[in-house]
Amino acid sequence: MKIILNNKEESFAGDQFTINELLQVKNFTFKMLVIKVNGLIVKKGEFDSTWVHDGDDVMVLHLISGG
Amino acid sequence: MENTTHIEFFSKFAAMTFEQIKQVLKTKTVGIAGCGGLGSNCAVALARVGVGRLVLADFDLVQEGNLNRQFYFYDQIGILKVAALKQNLFRINPDVRVNTFEIRLCESDIIEIYNQCDVIVEAFDKPEMKYMILDTVHKYMPEKYLVMGVGMAGWGDNNLIHSRQAGKLIICGDEINAVDTECPPLAPRVGVVAYMQANAVLEILLGANEQQIHSGI
Repeated sequence: MKIILNNKEESFAGDQFTINELLQVKNFTFKMLVIKVNGLIVKKGEFDSTWVHDGDDVMVLHLISGG
Repeated sequence: MENTTHIEFFSKFAAMTFEQIKQVLKTKTVGIAGCGGLGSNCAVALARVGVGRLVLADFDLVQEGNLNRQFYFYDQIGILKVAALKQNLFRINPDVRVNTFEIRLCESDIIEIYNQCDVIVEAFDKPEMKYMILDTVHKYMPEKYLVMGVGMAGWGDNNLIHSRQAGKLIICGDEINAVDTECPPLAPRVGVVAYMQANAVLEILLGANEQQIHSGI
């Protein structure tokens, strides 16, 4: 399957996976993560129950200190 | 192909005189959430180009340690940042209208204070606060543009600093370098990101009006 991850097309094995699986595969281990799938924010408690499918637009944003 | 791109790029900027730009911007309101390194410098840039109203919120006082990056002066140490910034903005542009809120922003404040703004600039230092405003705007004001600063500590690495957009969310910064004792925030990189945020704000405010200008409204 192909998804748009942070504005770039990326290919993954399989038909679907959860947000947590995506984070594992991409090795995103940060604390303050914001995930949007097709423009909608996914709540932290729903990373295991939210599925990413072929063609989805996923944004991963790591919030870090400084401002 | 490259030539075409250049022409389009050029014509976008040639489309408005500064007088036309000011005519549009003076009708606009921009919210600035936090008046530290990002907020103070971004507000200055927006006041210089003639944004009509700035809505500032911060609970903190100016401290000596802020002066390595924030738009304050030595003789302003100890006064409220929102008050000091208002003074500085008036010295640059006496026509700018400034609303100040001396508060540590929470969800309900954000909705109340920034509801009337055309664009909101996120300029907090703590990631928890960045999350809070992102979540609040997304939940309660999804029609609003939010311009965030993420990653600007340290020095050098100009080319790591970028901006990207996801719907009405614009992110400016390197998205890598967090602040810590061995990677402090300093004027150059903080200033680059703050001005990048201001530039994104202009793109939103002027872009939305491009058609009006061309049709003479």
